[in-house]
Amino acid sequence: MSRSSPFALLGNATSISWIEVPEWPAAELVRRTGAELDRGARLCAWFGVPDGDGTRLVAVIAFDADNTLAVARSTPTNGAYPSLTVTHPQAHLFEREVWEQHALTPVGHPWLKPVRKTAGDAPANGDFFRVDGGEIHEVAVGPVHAGIIEPGHFRFQCAGEEVLHLEIALGYQHRGIEHALTGGPHRVTANQMEAVSGDATIGHATAHAAVMEALAGTEAPLRAQWLRAIALELERLANHTGDLGALANDVAFLPTASACGKIRGDFLNLTALLCGNRFGRTLVRPGGCRHDLEPARLARLSEQLNVALRDVERACAWLWDAASVRARFENTGTVFTQQASDLGMVGPVARACGLVRDVRYDHPSGWYRLAQTPVAVWPDGDVFARARVRWLEVQRSGEFLQQQLAAAVDGGIREELPASAPDMLAVALVEGWRGEICHVALTDASGRFRRYKIVDPSFHNWIGLTLALRGQAISDFPVCNKSFSLSYCGFDL
Amino acid sequence: MFILDTLLHRLKRGRETLSYPQGPAPALPDRHGGALRVEAAKCPEGCKACVDVCPTEAIAARGSKGITLDLGRCLFCADCVATCPEGAITQTGDHRMAVRRREDLVLGEAGKEEVRLAAALDERLLKLFGRSLRLRLVSAGGDGSAEADINVLGTIGWDLGRFGIQFEASPRHADGLVITGPVSANMKLALKKTYDAMPDPKIVIAVGADAISGGPFSANPEVCGGAESVVPVDLYIPGWPPHPLTILDGLLRFLDRLEPEPARDAPRQGEDGDSLETRS
Repeated sequence: MSRSSPFALLGNATSISWIEVPEWPAAELVRRTGAELDRGARLCAWFGVPDGDGTRLVAVIAFDADNTLAVARSTPTNGAYPSLTVTHPQAHLFEREVWEQHALTPVGHPWLKPVRKTAGDAPANGDFFRVDGGEIHEVAVGPVHAGIIEPGHFRFQCAGEEVLHLEIALGYQHRGIEHALTGGPHRVTANQMEAVSGDATIGHATAHAAVMEALAGTEAPLRAQWLRAIALELERLANHTGDLGALANDVAFLPTASACGKIRGDFLNLTALLCGNRFGRTLVRPGGCRHDLEPARLARLSEQLNVALRDVERACAWLWDAASVRARFENTGTVFTQQASDLGMVGPVARACGLVRDVRYDHPSGWYRLAQTPVAVWPDGDVFARARVRWLEVQRSGEFLQQQLAAAVDGGIREELPASAPDMLAVALVEGWRGEICHVALTDASGRFRRYKIVDPSFHNWIGLTLALRGQAISDFPVCNKSFSLSYCGFDL
Repeated sequence: MFILDTLLHRLKRGRETLSYPQGPAPALPDRHGGALRVEAAKCPEGCKACVDVCPTEAIAARGSKGITLDLGRCLFCADCVATCPEGAITQTGDHRMAVRRREDLVLGEAGKEEVRLAAALDERLLKLFGRSLRLRLVSAGGDGSAEADINVLGTIGWDLGRFGIQFEASPRHADGLVITGPVSANMKLALKKTYDAMPDPKIVIAVGADAISGGPFSANPEVCGGAESVVPVDLYIPGWPPHPLTILDGLLRFLDRLEPEPARDAPRQGEDGDSLETRS
């Protein structure tokens, strides 16, 4: 660290005693968090912890360049506190969430409305931003969309074809995951963690396992960490391949679309070869992994991986060759670097805006401490850039897997996990295929969860999609949406 | 040159759609395990080992001896298989699991050791839907995995379209509703409206443990505990999520499009190398 921070510092996938976390009045926490964000930190999580009659605010921030995380908390607060969003927009959804969950009002927040609260049999959407004028029309889409996809509501303000403003209202998929974790872990917790966002099963299960291991003051056996990295990169390959195919489909470029649809399944089958389930269910557990990659299986996996990588290389070469594709991808749905940075965007969509941020590189934990892959960045912030970053990551994850499959480490894959320490706070970040997955656990005096916070990368990124649509033709919404490829259930929890 | 390249590549690869159901069904991945079989007669007196490890309370003790296992709640983690001291719960390796009645997923009693597979639609509906079934999917709190493995049925490897089954954008054009997810309270209204918008006669298919019973979320007050809480269900396809082959079998069974069943091999288990291959 170039300067000392008033926050308590900790590394990724480690824990800190709750009483060692510095506490200030809420207004002071807001001021100091803002000061840290001003000198380059990023807000990973901002949430409330009930304490007596009040609520403590907790800030988890990341100093990417220093490979360090930092936490601080407020004293128990009631009623209101000065909003952080006013000066630092990346806090906007976190403050809405805290307001919804703990009735703490961020004074000055520009758009305070529910995030996922229920109003009987639908989410409490609140009022939508409206543009007035004789030429203006409004388009409402969803929650049920025209496809095999999750539900959410999109409200466009348009002047003719042009989108002036898009507002996204989610919450339809809310399953009460965080609420159910209080007092846990329960017998079903590991399964629920795998379903936070089903296409990021390995990412969320790994973050949960890392939190549990940090609370127990231990780590998974090295071979289990190796297995988790292999499964995580397979998950990335499958999803990026599927997205590249779907992007091709959205601009009616069918050769790549149909080929990638199948190759995505080939990658899912590699995960199934490892653990029986195409999404990696039941593979990762706190304390290790449940299935090993014995030599015959490993050889088979390597062989099939090489075939699938060759296929995807071929299918995507057509995409990059086609001028018609480039014409549709370039300068469509642009998000500028400064916007992405101000909003705290993460993952491939942030890297496609030229931001160099990747948990595997900035905050390596598990196997990534021993093996790294270059960060894939593209500067333009448009659909082309988002597609291009995915393609770079397909190549690099492929190379990473080929290297790591040849560098297996011996040993066991699972150890009995000691009990969680009482009154501890643990933080784990994992670079899932959509970006930074953040799990934070706080234990009570008996070592059970007092509060468990999950931040899916989609929570940071949905706002980026709304900016991408500004000034675009509304007919470009599908390809813009697909280029972000965000999770509804991961956001709604 | 990409047009030529594309054409050459296509020609070289040939047909990539699986031959099933004319040919044999591909095997599930060996570690998948397939449907479970429960022989409660083997249960020792007072043993509740499997009941205690099941994450979703899919297994219930039946008095002091014996159990029932509800495949509609099962996440297929196989912890019960590993725990049972007498081998009363076994994996069959069989991908076929779809049923028409909820109680047909409950295993354990004598004569009910395995799922009682779905019968085809009645003659009237078969005449309407047998060669052309249009479906509308609603994810109601689904996690995206069952949705993905329904989507995959539309790819060239599976080609659901060859059976006349297609997914529609509008419920007004649909014959059937496919539901995934435990039905979050926040999706209840949208799900009901979608169902009401479909013309009669209509069918409902619940895909995955979440949609059948709420799965791992059944105890959460924020969800309704599955599709049946809102609409009547005609076909249940278990799994977490179900393998595409299980979903396809369910749809074809429903439409009476399966060839007469050949005698099946012995249950596939363990490290049988050849069973590792499946379709995308």
